[in-house]
Amino acid sequence: MANILEVKDLCVSYGKVEALHNANLTVGEGQIVTVIGPNGAGKTTLLSAIMGVLPSRGEISFDGSVERVPEVERMVSRGMNLVPEKRELFGEMSVEDNLVLGAFQRYRMGLRDHAGTMEEVYALFPRLKERRSQMAGTLSGGERQMLAVGRALMARPKLLMLDEPSLGLAPLIVREIFRIIGELRKRGVSILLVEQNARAALQVADEAYVLETGEVAMSGPARQLADDPRVIEAYLGLGGKHQDRLAVTGE
Amino acid sequence: MDLEIAMLLGQDGVTNGAIYALLALALVLVFAVTRVIFIPQGEFVAYGALTLAMIEAGRLPGTVWLLLAAGVLVVALDGLDALRRGGVGRLMKVVGWNIVYPLALVALMRFVPTDTWPLAAKVALTMAVVVPLGPMIYRVAYQPVAEASVLILLIVSVAVHVAMVGLALLFFGAEGSRTSAFSDASFTVGPMMVSGQSLWVIGTSLALIVALALFFGRTIYGKALRATAINRAGARLMGISPALAGRLTFMLAALIGALSGVLIAPIATIYYDTGFLIGLKGFVAAIIGGLASYPIAALGAILVGVLEAFSSFWASAYKEVIVFTLIIPVLVWRSLTSHHVEEDE
Repeated sequence: MANILEVKDLCVSYGKVEALHNANLTVGEGQIVTVIGPNGAGKTTLLSAIMGVLPSRGEISFDGSVERVPEVERMVSRGMNLVPEKRELFGEMSVEDNLVLGAFQRYRMGLRDHAGTMEEVYALFPRLKERRSQMAGTLSGGERQMLAVGRALMARPKLLMLDEPSLGLAPLIVREIFRIIGELRKRGVSILLVEQNARAALQVADEAYVLETGEVAMSGPARQLADDPRVIEAYLGLGGKHQDRLAVTGE
Repeated sequence: MDLEIAMLLGQDGVTNGAIYALLALALVLVFAVTRVIFIPQGEFVAYGALTLAMIEAGRLPGTVWLLLAAGVLVVALDGLDALRRGGVGRLMKVVGWNIVYPLALVALMRFVPTDTWPLAAKVALTMAVVVPLGPMIYRVAYQPVAEASVLILLIVSVAVHVAMVGLALLFFGAEGSRTSAFSDASFTVGPMMVSGQSLWVIGTSLALIVALALFFGRTIYGKALRATAINRAGARLMGISPALAGRLTFMLAALIGALSGVLIAPIATIYYDTGFLIGLKGFVAAIIGGLASYPIAALGAILVGVLEAFSSFWASAYKEVIVFTLIIPVLVWRSLTSHHVEEDE
């Protein structure tokens, strides 16, 4: 299977502080790959660097060609999309306008099929269709996350990167979000998922990486990692049964 | 003062107010999208008016040379990058817009007797010369420091303003100019005489405001500019680059400025440095709207225009003083009613 994303020896520094050190990571086409780890491990930094929001050293190759200096607009035009932790919605614009702007880069490149894509997004998130003329700023937390994901899908990405999609959401909404992540895989979207909710992430993912203090500490098939005693102790815990009930496999 | 004079002053005020409204909208737009306080906005008014006057006089306006010079600078800045990213095709596009296009305009104005063209064609030619200066100035002066603080962007604005005024003196000389009116008609409505030019100014302003509203409400590029104003980081993730948004915004600002200049040139004598005062009055209106609200800025502009007209009747020596003093109560009121928001960028 071809790899949609290959990251080699990626380093990111904030001034003298190195937030990410020689990170290696691959995402196969059609796979869900998750990066788990504690707060401050460099998970968001990793995604930002791949997207070109942060300057980095190392090699990033996406969809078959190497990006020496990744630049956000170029990565978007090549089919990479990031749903950031803060969602970054356009609060004073309607849900529908937010979605239309998700297709901005495609529109610029002459691919004016956003009406059809929007129907697909609405089919995935019927809630957004109900609220299409509402201002994005008035949505609930879960709806905002749905809108952020829907907006990214409007670009028809080859690789979708999700930063903490379950953060701050009610358990039922978390389950819904993970159901949709599973649904997206069925449609052939490759996904790089950064999560603190390790249990749910490991259940939905194919491959997993554990990031600790800026370095990849462990990696392997997600199921294998979920059974690894070190992962269980540090990230899954023994008393976390309630999380089991929240997590869904996507099947 | 009798009713007739009051009506006349009111008409004057609303006419000028319409121009200030356009400029205020441009200032709010530029600030919202790029955080630039666009002091040179008024210069585009003078450039538009004086370029049209030069074309009417059958002379080659110096602005077209500025367009060529700015274009050469843009190619110097962007040429290599375009070649590296998009190959020869992309480079040719950059060269085409920035060097070939100004040269074509020079050739057109030199070899075709444009002074015999109808007024509408002359206006179109003026716009063709002045409007592209907007995005070029953004590329050369603002884009390299686009992420800097509002204060630094303001300092750049002052520099651009001074440079543009100096160049205007070089291009157009110290003499003032007035162009021929769009319409010599005048109508009598009750006790009031309405001049055709006033109607042109007000009508065109309204039409432009409606067009801008449609642009921002209906088109994806307009929405992209609003999105950049609301959330820059989010807009970038959609592939809306700040550079693209900046160039587009400055093109609109130049369009609004040049069109205002063309509209006002038949009713006021425009000198090379007149633009600054006109722009400042637009700025007062924009401040009334808090540099954020388009409708309040537009209403503020009408207020500025009417206040200016009446104060020129009662105390003409103090008319500018009165207009600019308006900003003090406005600022006091704003600082009392609004909470201070820390700049978070």
